[in-house]
Amino acid sequence: MIGQIAYALPFLAQGLALTLWVSLLVVVFSLIAGVIMGVGLVYGPVPLRWAVRIFSDTIRGIPILVLIFFVYYGLPAVGLHLPSFWAAVLALTLFKTAQVIEYLRGAVGSIPKGQSEAAMAIGLTFRQRLAYVIFPQAFRRFLPPWINGVTDAVKGSALVSLLGITDLMQAINQVIGRTYEAMPLYILGALIYFAVNYALSLASRRLEKRFSFIRE
Amino acid sequence: MGYALNFNLIWRHFDKLWGGLLLSLELAVISIAIGIVIGLVLAVWYVSAGRVVRTIIAAYVEFIRNVPLILLVYLVFYGLPTVVDIAYSAQTSFVATLALYSGAYLVEVFRSGLEAVPRGQIDAGKAIGLTPWQRLLHVRLPTMLRITLPALSNTFISLFKDTSVASVISVPELTYGAQWINFNTFRIVEVYLVVTAMYLLTGYALLYALRLLERWFRAAH
Repeated sequence: MIGQIAYALPFLAQGLALTLWVSLLVVVFSLIAGVIMGVGLVYGPVPLRWAVRIFSDTIRGIPILVLIFFVYYGLPAVGLHLPSFWAAVLALTLFKTAQVIEYLRGAVGSIPKGQSEAAMAIGLTFRQRLAYVIFPQAFRRFLPPWINGVTDAVKGSALVSLLGITDLMQAINQVIGRTYEAMPLYILGALIYFAVNYALSLASRRLEKRFSFIRE
Repeated sequence: MGYALNFNLIWRHFDKLWGGLLLSLELAVISIAIGIVIGLVLAVWYVSAGRVVRTIIAAYVEFIRNVPLILLVYLVFYGLPTVVDIAYSAQTSFVATLALYSGAYLVEVFRSGLEAVPRGQIDAGKAIGLTPWQRLLHVRLPTMLRITLPALSNTFISLFKDTSVASVISVPELTYGAQWINFNTFRIVEVYLVVTAMYLLTGYALLYALRLLERWFRAAH
């Protein structure tokens, strides 16, 4: 048994690499899209606000799994053929983007209105107000929930195994299919996910502390 | 492009979705009921326990919170019966998994709720001569419940969405019904539109009902 599992380790490592790669892509893409849409939600014209609000509430109201299937099976049906890897990244990114929008709204909303007004009074343009007044203050409010959400991205990525993508979850299932050692491998897999996520959450706690010196 | 929507086949198989939705709700309700018991017992134990018990409870919480739900579902359904002599249906196995999963999240919710009970209330309980058990039952738990009710509602709604993972072990809940229609009728866009609407409507109806319940509870106590 030990020999079989040791033999499978390089294969599992490849799966883990894919899991991390998917998570990284999702985190980066959703950060960009979420911040842009979040700014649209807070400062945009009313139709844009509504559009972002509906997007975010819809995405956050359905299971990730449904979103993944919708994107994976639905896009080819309307004539858009994405490789399954990118369909999975797209679905997970949509999901994470909705979360980032809400983190941003919460962080920006926590900055007193007087800050914006003072910035306007000294003649800063909208971009300058965001760049020099709002974002630097909102940043430390945004950081803790966002970093906590990174482990969600890693956990959520396990669902892409259902699309036949050989991430860590799928790699484990494939090794079990060959060796019939279900329990040891699931426990090993759980420990690997645990190690990755626990390390991330420890790092996030440290980072939070790093930014906690700015208290009002 | 040029995809023409046709919902006829969805309505013909709508019983799969409707039955699935009811099962999703049932799975969520049973799981959270067990999860609440696990959470309460462990949280009360945690705040009064020594180092060893605390470490064990914390390990359970951290383990569950850092592992994907789908892996836990596989582990309990496919893994556990290979080492322990038990047999259960996919549905029972999923409920057990989701109960353990929600339990881990609820320990944290209840623990922070118990720690947020004002010291003065507990001292007042002592002053009128309540035993520790009475203080827990009549002072700490009711106050804790009022503090944690919103978090409890949110946990329930997210569990309702998590029941979709039961489809991976063929429990015929809503997402499974959607996949069935997807693979058998190929009205893919239609079925996921309908299922999205069903999850959304149910989720927001639950949210509204739970917020009413919270308000009622706050007024009554």
